[in-house]
Amino acid sequence: MLGEACAALMLAALMAYAVTGGADFGGGVWDLLATGPRRAAQRGLIERAIAPVWEANHVWLIFVVVVLFTAFPSVYARVSTVLHLPLTALLLGIVARGSAFVFRQYGARAERTWGRVFAVASVVTPLMLGVVLGAVTAGDLGDGALSAADGRDFAAVYVAPWLRPFPLAVGALALTLFAFLAATYLAWEAEAREGDAALAGDFRVRALVAGVLLAPAALVAALLARTAAPAFAARFTGSSWSWPLQLVTGVVAVTALAALARRRYRLARAAAIAQVALILGGWGLAQRPFLIAPDLTIAAAQAPRATLALVIPVALAGMLILVPSLYWLFRVFKSSPSR
Amino acid sequence: MSDVLYARWQMGVSLAFHIVFAAIGMAMPILMVLAERRHQRTGDAEYLELAKRWAKGTAVLFAVGAVSGTVLSFELGLLFPGFMRHAGPIVGFPFSMEGFAFFTEAIFLGLYLYGWERLSPRVHLASGVVVAVSGTLSAVFVTFVNAWMNAPRGFRTEGAGPSLRLVDIDPSGALRSPFAAHEITHMVLAAYMATAIAVAGVHAWGLLRGRRATFHRKALSLALWLAVPTTLAQPLVGHWAGQVVAEHQPAKLAALEQHEKTMAWAPITVGPIKIPGALSVLAKNRPSAVVQGLEEFPRADWPHPVVRPAFQGMVAIGTGLAALCAWALFSRLRKKSWPEARLFLRALVAAAPLGFVAIELGWIVTEVGRQPWTVYNVLRTVETVTPMPGLVVPFVTFTVVYAGLALACVAVLRHHIRQTTSPSESGAPDAG
Repeated sequence: MLGEACAALMLAALMAYAVTGGADFGGGVWDLLATGPRRAAQRGLIERAIAPVWEANHVWLIFVVVVLFTAFPSVYARVSTVLHLPLTALLLGIVARGSAFVFRQYGARAERTWGRVFAVASVVTPLMLGVVLGAVTAGDLGDGALSAADGRDFAAVYVAPWLRPFPLAVGALALTLFAFLAATYLAWEAEAREGDAALAGDFRVRALVAGVLLAPAALVAALLARTAAPAFAARFTGSSWSWPLQLVTGVVAVTALAALARRRYRLARAAAIAQVALILGGWGLAQRPFLIAPDLTIAAAQAPRATLALVIPVALAGMLILVPSLYWLFRVFKSSPSR
Repeated sequence: MSDVLYARWQMGVSLAFHIVFAAIGMAMPILMVLAERRHQRTGDAEYLELAKRWAKGTAVLFAVGAVSGTVLSFELGLLFPGFMRHAGPIVGFPFSMEGFAFFTEAIFLGLYLYGWERLSPRVHLASGVVVAVSGTLSAVFVTFVNAWMNAPRGFRTEGAGPSLRLVDIDPSGALRSPFAAHEITHMVLAAYMATAIAVAGVHAWGLLRGRRATFHRKALSLALWLAVPTTLAQPLVGHWAGQVVAEHQPAKLAALEQHEKTMAWAPITVGPIKIPGALSVLAKNRPSAVVQGLEEFPRADWPHPVVRPAFQGMVAIGTGLAALCAWALFSRLRKKSWPEARLFLRALVAAAPLGFVAIELGWIVTEVGRQPWTVYNVLRTVETVTPMPGLVVPFVTFTVVYAGLALACVAVLRHHIRQTTSPSESGAPDAG
């Protein structure tokens, strides 16, 4: 029960990270893909939108990691052993994105180079995040030990679990999702906060393209899951909650696209957030009871009771400070100006 | 080198890189808040400019500190998964509290940096205060973790080697390490003094160049108000730290002083001079006290000999900086003003990086001195390291990346400082 609560807490934090920090990476994607006559204006808007909030948004990821190693230490140990390589790539992406962003913002020289580093790192990081989640979903990660006896070499133990079609497809899905979120937010931001309809139009088109691309990206990942993670796929499509959840997700996705088409950006933004939360929620439900199949269930991997009993109260106490602070941050920087 | 050594080196490089930014992230918000408050009190525009300049420098360094800190939270598992598998349920707590403190710091730093126009002066200043407080709290909580690794509490062990388990876990043990109080005090003071002296050095340089004298004098004064008390208090805390180490990690203390034979009247050797009883006084407050020598410990458990020069370097720097600050305090008390002799200013410029050097040396003492243990006397580092071979590759990768980042930071800061110290610059552009 306590273990389930901790897992739910992690999932909630992951959702928060996806809809905030994920969108910051999506912003970098659109920086890379900035085109047309308003190219510089697009980049400027992205920078202004991200600057005040990205560091706070980024902390959700650290939150997930901390809850993971506190409540499920063996899962943390296994993931970070077996998925060392994609996690290292993820970290390099995080370091490059954050540093390049502030260097470009405050530095004098080589602004364009840092801009490029920022943009490329913003693509690599979500891909790797998706790859890691995909590999975890597929499970069967082994324990990271090389064994000459069964002929397992480095590649079999440390590369094969993630350099496969399914984790890569999840990476592509994450990237598309974050790009979709970012474009939707930016369209709203351009219109509501800066009153620039043309710029809002640029991001509206981008959001529509990314939103439509989500369908094939999700389909490919779902099809690959049937062979790469059959038990997960069976729970995802065959549980009592499957059809209602997928129906709601579909309705929300269509709402987001329709709202974008009709330039109702506020609604589009809300629908996009709900869509991402529903996708991750469905993933979490289908993972249950496993954190990493086939052996690390929530019950098998959880920390001693004394620890679990403290995680939730500590988190709630922290949220008492965090939620009002975050609310204020977003009210100051992310609400329509009253002018 | 073996994989475990590469893992240790990678962790060491990552920590050595991160600690500089972490320390700056703790102390700079105090300085920028002091400057903004002076501005609000006096209406003096130069203090506002100072607050904005300092905030801008903080913004860059905080971001690099945040991302390099993220790397560390993953590297604990990437390099030493055995550590977290055993210790996560205990040290998770100080880490979570650090997480919340850091979250708060990031939120309010965003408000502070981008809120000059959007928040009322009072609320803006209050945001800065929250940044300063939560920045220091982050350091407090994360140092609890290190204290626990050096003197762990809150569990029993069962079995040994691969079958070792920590049982009867009491998470509050993470906050009850006997190392916590002195390590936290030592680190917080170190961050304040290193940063304040570096800032004082920058503005002393500005004064020496003879431009915008009033601006630099104000900046120097604020920095010295932070530097002088912290630097003068630090040697006392260092002495306290030595006594706790003597009690709980006698092998480390013996290695620091190359003290081989257990004896009463244990001496301290500085170059050719031998002061009998001095080590006994340092460790136990009595010249006749018996201090354990390295001979009592198995050779394999001796800390690496590098801890001795590192320790001596740290003490030498601390003493030198304390002398410099004593000079400043003396002038302040007698003449009611900080010294402005060129020699003093030159000494400050020369001292600017030294506080950070001392921080690095001090962590070498603590962390290399803890080896061969990850958790002192409980978990050996060789038992916690990842089974993945080829760790030279990530080590080289991160070292190259961090070297590049360090160079880039220096370039950005140099540009920023040049702007601050150049004559023509007027007014400060908003940090956004």
